[in-house]
Order: sequence, then C-alpha cells, then structure tokens
Amino acid sequence: MIEVKGVSKKFGEHLVLDNVSTNFEKGKVNLIIGSSGQGKSVLAKCIVGLHSVSSGQILYNGVDFCSMNEDAMRDIRKQIGMLFQGAALFDSMTVEENIAFPLQMFTKFTSGEQKKQVDYCLERVNLSGKNKLYPAECSGGMQKRVAIARAIVMNPNYLFCDEPNSGLDPKTSILIDELIKEITYDFKTTTIVITHDMNSVIEIGDNITFMHQGRNWWSGTKEEIIKTTNQEVIDFVYASKFMKQIKGKLNEI
Amino acid sequence: MLRIISNIGRYSGMMWLVFSKPQKFKMFWKRFLDEIQLIGIESFPIVMLMSVFMGGVISLQTAANMDLPYLPAYTIGYITRSSTILEFSPTIISLILAGKVGSNVSSEIGMMRVTEQIDALEIMGVNSLNYLVLPKITAAVVFFPLLVTFSIGLSLVGGWLALLGSGLSSTDNYVFGLRSFFKVSDIIYALSKSVVFAYLIVSISSFYGYYTKGGAIDVGRSSTKAVVNSSVAILIANFFITQMFLLK
Repeated sequence: MIEVKGVSKKFGEHLVLDNVSTNFEKGKVNLIIGSSGQGKSVLAKCIVGLHSVSSGQILYNGVDFCSMNEDAMRDIRKQIGMLFQGAALFDSMTVEENIAFPLQMFTKFTSGEQKKQVDYCLERVNLSGKNKLYPAECSGGMQKRVAIARAIVMNPNYLFCDEPNSGLDPKTSILIDELIKEITYDFKTTTIVITHDMNSVIEIGDNITFMHQGRNWWSGTKEEIIKTTNQEVIDFVYASKFMKQIKGKLNEI
Repeated sequence: MLRIISNIGRYSGMMWLVFSKPQKFKMFWKRFLDEIQLIGIESFPIVMLMSVFMGGVISLQTAANMDLPYLPAYTIGYITRSSTILEFSPTIISLILAGKVGSNVSSEIGMMRVTEQIDALEIMGVNSLNYLVLPKITAAVVFFPLLVTFSIGLSLVGGWLALLGSGLSSTDNYVFGLRSFFKVSDIIYALSKSVVFAYLIVSISSFYGYYTKGGAIDVGRSSTKAVVNSSVAILIANFFITQMFLLK
C-alpha cells in the first residue's frame, strides 16, 4: 500500500501539487485522472522519487520514502515496475535484452533462467517469439507490451503506468488495460495508472483519484464517479459525446 | 556567473555518483568494452587522417621557414618531433575528439534523457550516472593515450613523407632530428595530457547530455554546448598542465 500524506510540490514559485493526500491500495488498480496540467504526472514522479517533494510524506507500507537516502530509495525502486508514456525501451537492446536487463542487473540468474523468465513475460503480454526484435522494429502497441513485460519481470510489488493508452488504437488500448488488470490481480501489485481515457476508468478503475488545480479534488470508485455531483468531475467525465450518450442512457434507465 | 557556479556544483555532485562502485561488475565490463569500440576504435580513422596531414604540414612549414644558413639540417626532424609530441598530437587530436566523441556522448545521453530511458533506469533502482557515464570515462581515459601514441607515430611518418615528396630534406637528416635531444618526460607529459583531456571531454559531454531538458532541439543544443565547453576546458587545462610539467 502507498499512502500520500499532505504532499506539496513547487517548481520555483509555481505550486504544482497542493497538499495532496490519498491512498493507493494493494491488489487494486488505482487511477489518477484529470485534465492535462493538473499535476497527475508530477504526483506519480514524486511517488517514485523522480521528483523530490516540497513538503509532505509518501509512505510505502508505512515507511517514509521521502526521508530515505539514495541507496534505500533504490532498494524500494527495485520493487517498482513502471510503464512510461513513450515505453522508454532501451533502443540499443533487443526486446529480450530489454526485458532481461533488471534480471542481469539485480539477480544471479543463469542465462537459462533469465531466458525462461523473459519468455514467460513475453507470453504474458502475447509477444512470444519476438525476442530478437529491436524497439524500432516494434509498433507502438508492441513497445508498450514489451515495456509491461520489462516492468513485471522482477515480480514487482508496485506497478506504475503513465498514460498507457496514449497514441494507441482502441483495440490495443483495451488489450493493454486488460493486461494491467490481469497483472494487478495475479501479482497482487499496488498499481497506479495515470490516464485521461474514460474507457480505462470504466474498464479497470478500482479506486479513482481526480486531480484538479494540483489538488486531490475527488476520490471514489468507478461506480461512484458515474453518479457524482461534483461539477469539475462531471465536466471531465462527460466531456466526450460518447460519455454524454452513456449518461443519457443511464438517466433513461 | 551564478549559473557557472551552479553548473560546477551540479557537475561535482554528478561526479560523486559517477565514481561510486558499479552495481554489477559484469555489466560495467560489458559496457566498458562497448565504449572502447565506440569511443576508441571508431576514432582511429579520423586520428589517422588528421595525424598524417598534421605531421606533413609541420615538417613542410618548418622546412619552408628555415632561412638561416647556420641552422642544422636535422632541425626539421627535431621541431616536427617536439611540436608533435608536446602539442599537436595530444592537444589538437583531443580537440578533434572533443567534436567527435563529445557530441556523440552528449547526444546519446541527452536522447536517453528526453525519451525517459534514464528515468526508466532510475526507477529500476539503477544508478544511471554510474551505469552510463563511468564506462565511457574509463574507456576514454584508457584509450586516449593509445590514440595519442598512434597519432604521434603517424604524424612523424607524415612529416617524413612530406619531406620525401618535396625533397626539402633527406631521410637521414630527418631521422637524426627525430632522435636528437629526446626526453622520455615529453612522452609522459603528452600522455598525461591525453588522460586529463579524455576525462574532461567525456565528463563534460555527459554532464550536458544528462541534464538535457526538452526535446530533439535541446539535445542538439546540449551537444553544441558539450563540444564548445569541453574544447574550452581542454585549452585551459592545457595551459595549467604545461605550466606544471614544463616550467617547474
């Protein structure tokens, strides 16, 4: 479980996160949603330690991450898998080498054991046999799936996904969402997904944090977000024609 | 001025992380060999080309300016050797390599920064500076002296070929000049300079690459800054090393 307690983040004089408090539960898909520029990615980067916080605490199973030294932070990070918006695969390495990288770096696995684990991860993301491709030879959806395989290869306790569906077609988006959900339930990870995609909210969101003006504006489940009366959340959720139609249908029922 | 002080502070902090113990020696070794190929072996052609012509020009210039009749004929060989060992091979070749290696290092690391590959390393718990930069610095520090030695040899051959072609001096006189008043300390001086320059080029270029912010244009800007600043650093360091070694 990850607890965020009163976290604020300033860049110079610009306050990006304003006293944010929220919890991310183990074995559930926790979504951070909100319009662009509301502090979603900054919050995620603070949680994984890529940005330092200006004030507040981030607790991993009760231990304050912000006050740790660099080595202790690295130990926590070894339990984190992260899917970046642009996949962030190492372009000089093949798919297999990308996935095996954390194993080579942090385990004493033999090359046979590494290969077995890589093949298992590739199978999980439906990319069996693509071991020798380079990232440049993979489509956007494939790159995201390779990044997921790399993120889960060390059996992480925490999984972060930064806009996993951006730039993907609807069919591949659904596939990625399903993968995230499966991995969360199978590995019992604390999963945090940053997204704009309302389809993902409906499909995979167990807990939802709505960020607005750098604050945790609203929190709840996907059932609750459909019925909320909070105007800012309504404006965000029902911004698209498709969601407006759904709302119309719900009202009819 | 504040920016310079802040950059020096950040550079020192960066070096602290670069020179920590590699997290896995096997991975360091693999990367070290890759960097030897990229920084060292792939620099041989440009060093070869530069050195031959540089030596040729030095010997021809010396021969063309030897108007005084009381200067001995071996002076051409002596001056070619001295200026090649003391200045041209270590400094000029390092300046050329600041362009080739510096831009390569800076753009590679800068591109990794803007495509979040460095963030990915950090999230995995990897000390990204140590993993990316230490093998590059080590490879350059090990290989630059070899490149400079190679350059000295080829430069002297280039000088001889130029004299042979122009008929301005004989081989015997040239070789006699090369061997006259030879001091081993000159070689030590040249190789020491190459080690310092190698460190400056790779560390400064890594610094600009690592702290790149933005996109492709900013990677280009970082690359330019890396080449300009490492060249300036080479010239300043050259002055102080010369004072330290030759004027003590």
